[in-house]
Amino acid sequence: MSTINPVLDKETEEAQRYYSASQWQLVWWRFKKHRVALLGGLVLLFMFLSGLFAEFIGPYGGSTRNIEYLLGPPQIPRFWDENGFSLRPFVYGVTTERDPETLALIPITDTNVRNYIFFFIEGEPYKLLGIIESNIHLFGVQEGFVHLFGTDSLGQDLFSRVLIGTRTSLSIGVLGVLISFFLALFIGGVAGYAGGWLDYGIQRFTEIIRVIPIIPLYMGLAAAFPRDWSSTQVYFAMTLIIGLVGWPTLARRIRGQLLTLRNEDYVMAARLSGASPYRIISLHMLPAFMSYIVVDLVISFPYVILAETALSFIGLGLRPPSISWGVLLQDAQNIRAIEQAPWLFIPAAFVVVAVLAFTILGDGVRDAADPYSVH
Amino acid sequence: MMEWNVDTNEKEMGMATAVSNNKLLEVTDLGVTFKTDEGLVRAVDGISFTAHKGKTLGIVGESGSGKSVTAQSIMRLLPNSAMIDEDSSIAFYRDSGPIEITSLDNRSQKMRELRGGDIAMIFQEPMSSFSPVYTIGNQIMEAILQHRNVSKQEAREIAIDMLDKVGIANPAVRVDQYPFELSGGMRQRAMIAVALSTRPSLLIADEPTTALDVTIQAQILELMRGLKDEFDMSIIFITHDLGVIAQVAQEIVVMYLGKAMERGTAKDVLGNPQHPYTVSLLGAIPKLGTLGGRLTPVGGDIPSPLQRPSGCPFHTRCKQKIEGVCDVDPPGITRVSDTHTVYCYLYE
Amino acid sequence: MSDQKLIEVENLKVYFPIHGKGLFRREIGAVKAVDGLSFYINKGETLGLVGESGSGKTTVGRALLRALDPTEGQVTFYLDDGQTVDVTALKGKDLRNFRRYMQLIFQDPRSSLNPRMTVRDIIAEPLVANKLEKGKAVDEKVRETAALCKLNLEHLRRFPHAFSGGQRQRVGIARALVSNPKFIVCDESVSALDVSIQAEILNLLMELQEELGVTYLFIAHDLSVVAHISDRVAVMYVGQLVELAATEELFFSPKHPYTEALLSAIPEVDPDLAMKPVILRGEIPNPANPPPGCRFHTRCPYAEDICKTDQPVWQEIEPEHFVACHFADTLQLKGVVADTAAENGRNT
Repeated sequence: MSTINPVLDKETEEAQRYYSASQWQLVWWRFKKHRVALLGGLVLLFMFLSGLFAEFIGPYGGSTRNIEYLLGPPQIPRFWDENGFSLRPFVYGVTTERDPETLALIPITDTNVRNYIFFFIEGEPYKLLGIIESNIHLFGVQEGFVHLFGTDSLGQDLFSRVLIGTRTSLSIGVLGVLISFFLALFIGGVAGYAGGWLDYGIQRFTEIIRVIPIIPLYMGLAAAFPRDWSSTQVYFAMTLIIGLVGWPTLARRIRGQLLTLRNEDYVMAARLSGASPYRIISLHMLPAFMSYIVVDLVISFPYVILAETALSFIGLGLRPPSISWGVLLQDAQNIRAIEQAPWLFIPAAFVVVAVLAFTILGDGVRDAADPYSVH
Repeated sequence: MMEWNVDTNEKEMGMATAVSNNKLLEVTDLGVTFKTDEGLVRAVDGISFTAHKGKTLGIVGESGSGKSVTAQSIMRLLPNSAMIDEDSSIAFYRDSGPIEITSLDNRSQKMRELRGGDIAMIFQEPMSSFSPVYTIGNQIMEAILQHRNVSKQEAREIAIDMLDKVGIANPAVRVDQYPFELSGGMRQRAMIAVALSTRPSLLIADEPTTALDVTIQAQILELMRGLKDEFDMSIIFITHDLGVIAQVAQEIVVMYLGKAMERGTAKDVLGNPQHPYTVSLLGAIPKLGTLGGRLTPVGGDIPSPLQRPSGCPFHTRCKQKIEGVCDVDPPGITRVSDTHTVYCYLYE
Repeated sequence: MSDQKLIEVENLKVYFPIHGKGLFRREIGAVKAVDGLSFYINKGETLGLVGESGSGKTTVGRALLRALDPTEGQVTFYLDDGQTVDVTALKGKDLRNFRRYMQLIFQDPRSSLNPRMTVRDIIAEPLVANKLEKGKAVDEKVRETAALCKLNLEHLRRFPHAFSGGQRQRVGIARALVSNPKFIVCDESVSALDVSIQAEILNLLMELQEELGVTYLFIAHDLSVVAHISDRVAVMYVGQLVELAATEELFFSPKHPYTEALLSAIPEVDPDLAMKPVILRGEIPNPANPPPGCRFHTRCPYAEDICKTDQPVWQEIEPEHFVACHFADTLQLKGVVADTAAENGRNT
């Protein structure tokens, strides 16, 4: 072998590793360099996990009411005050007084009472992930109560509700994206691979779906839900609607990528090697395609989440007692809320952070997805 | 630096001054480094050459040789990630006196006057240097108006005249057409028209015929030869094609991994090659006059610019490599004759 | 090389329909990329196919391999066991099974290798896809072929991004050879490579032919390369063959004015041999709308009235020398000058 690349003779272990790295390894190495995207990914991972274990992390159930603390402001855990320092964080106790004029109960913070926060404390029973029965919460108080994000007008703990809402909204996002993805994969795949008349017909159909304005379409579909549907039924109907509306853009992208891939030299090489159409698609086209699909999926997430939030916010999507970001924000719809209970806007921060994180992550994934572009 | 054109040896003072009067562009110790994600890439590593008035200087090299980077340095068209060495010099001799290009600000009035004015450039892909939304005429006129003090109407006439000069039939009609309406060969002609419309004294041609078919290439080479005399300009012709370089250039620089391996007249370099790289390159190309037989390949691969070999960059592929010498220190430049220099230990 | 035919092509036509822009995209014409070709390729020989862009040479290669479906015509394969197969009539599974006998070596060694597969899997694909070998035998065959193509066997587990252009092209060659094909189309297979790498790949192709007896159709625009590797050469112009003859015959005494013009346009490396190209007027016609009569008449320096109206006949003017020109008998055309000095030099 006299013709071996002389550069390769002096190769380091690192070079060796690089030369025999598979596509996903290369993608990961490139993605790792993208610090901001990595951060976005971590934020999302954190959100997904906290949604998944919402009942454990939140000290109360989503609809448990605390009538002693209606529309109460957030309680901030403290380590010290003028009465001294404590290693164990605490919140102040709250007593209620009746307003002499309106006869409403007004919570009053009593800085002399310290309610210490304990970790892994027993509290309300719940079913973790819907299966495991437990009554251990990540944190809680033995006396009084703790509402990190305050409470709403019914006295429900906003912190616990936001966590549950995170789960609902993100899971609608996942399901909605998956539904539109499979529709798009099928429709775009047929169009892109078959070509010809079928492609032409599907293309026109896709365009027709795309030009229907989205909000009225959502409204029409959402208005068609029977009022007496259970929250679970509405939940699945929502994901279905979101999926049904979301596919055309994705389908076009998939079709476009298939058409590009079909003309790649190496796909032609596989065909000339005698590979069957099934083998060409599954072995030669799909792996190349997957990285783009992942990008498309990540990028379409924020739209789906915003769609759910917007629909629920205007009262067309999920309705109480379901809990989602959109439902939570319904409470913050009026000026009174902004004035009296600005903490009801906390769910909006979650929406913003989630959408931003997805967008940033999408950017990073897109840059890393084709590790062969700069060689 | 022992350079035949910057030699101050007394015996040759006479000749040296005679030559220096003819200097148009003098590049001395040009070094260019790129900052990339993978590290520093030394694209051009201290090369020197001179373009003389009315002559064509050919720069020939393979991929990674730094030939295009050299051209971009002269035009100051390098991307921001590139750094030119502090001690590099690119002197352009105008009638009014020499200008040091490396010390000019990239966006200064003077640099803009030089770029596209005194020095013009044509590329391999004419389509990418034309804007698709303006007519050919518009783009020629823009160049003229920027560099010459004429009215719009005059500029249009000059544009039509230029199109005629580069051999485009029906110039009065073509002047109002868009780039996509022209064929590849026509576009290359139009680009030459744009470049020459400002009457430059130096034309840098970077692989101008590589994308063209041979019959069209022959047309363009013929055209450039004619225009060079008509416009009394010099050409720096950059290509990977030894055949083309033999046909157009009077002087040749052979580049490899950012180094000038050999320099001299076309006859010196192609007829009496000294550097093992030039010799093996000439042996590796099929010649028409002698059909059949085997070629003698150079052997090995061009090293990655990220892993430049130490010493002489060609030592990894050189059949005459001196162990412990070529791979340690870079060789000096040795004079073979008055016009011929070589960068190799074999001649020291 | 024997005079036994391996492939016989009769009246091959490949038309690409042009669709209108309306709702029903009616067919409004066709690009006649290949328009009535007849020729044969002998067992173990290399037939060079040259032509400029738009000549349809790539389409011919693809049609022979059934990478695209010919509009008309027959392509007959004569296999060793006496079997004859009309490739144009093969369908579905029969076609897939027949692909082992004919392969393609691509131009771009980067895009033609699946970046997501190891080199071993890439080379093995024709074996695995056609179930020609199983288990250990696949590995053995891959290693044997890779060794034949001078690839480092330790690098088989690597992905293409670890390899240089020349090495990738070796991988492409190994893939083409692994199924023991009889016929390989090399479509510009060395054009994307640097000059110093090109010679190695050319030598490799020639060695492999001697060892394995494969037959090549070598498609290229570079005439020197084609002359070097081919036993016979065919010249295409706008979808039709204009001349076909043994390499020396064609290069030293061409019979078609287009061949003469092509040959004269090749830039020779020798600076003493100034190029005296027959400068062709104008541009290559659009194959969607070829000129009537002889397609070359718009650019031919010898064209007369008959050329504008009558299509010349494809005739065997001398034994094994085919040409399509009304004046093939009378024209005195210049070919390449044989370089006897170099020939002697090579022999000593």
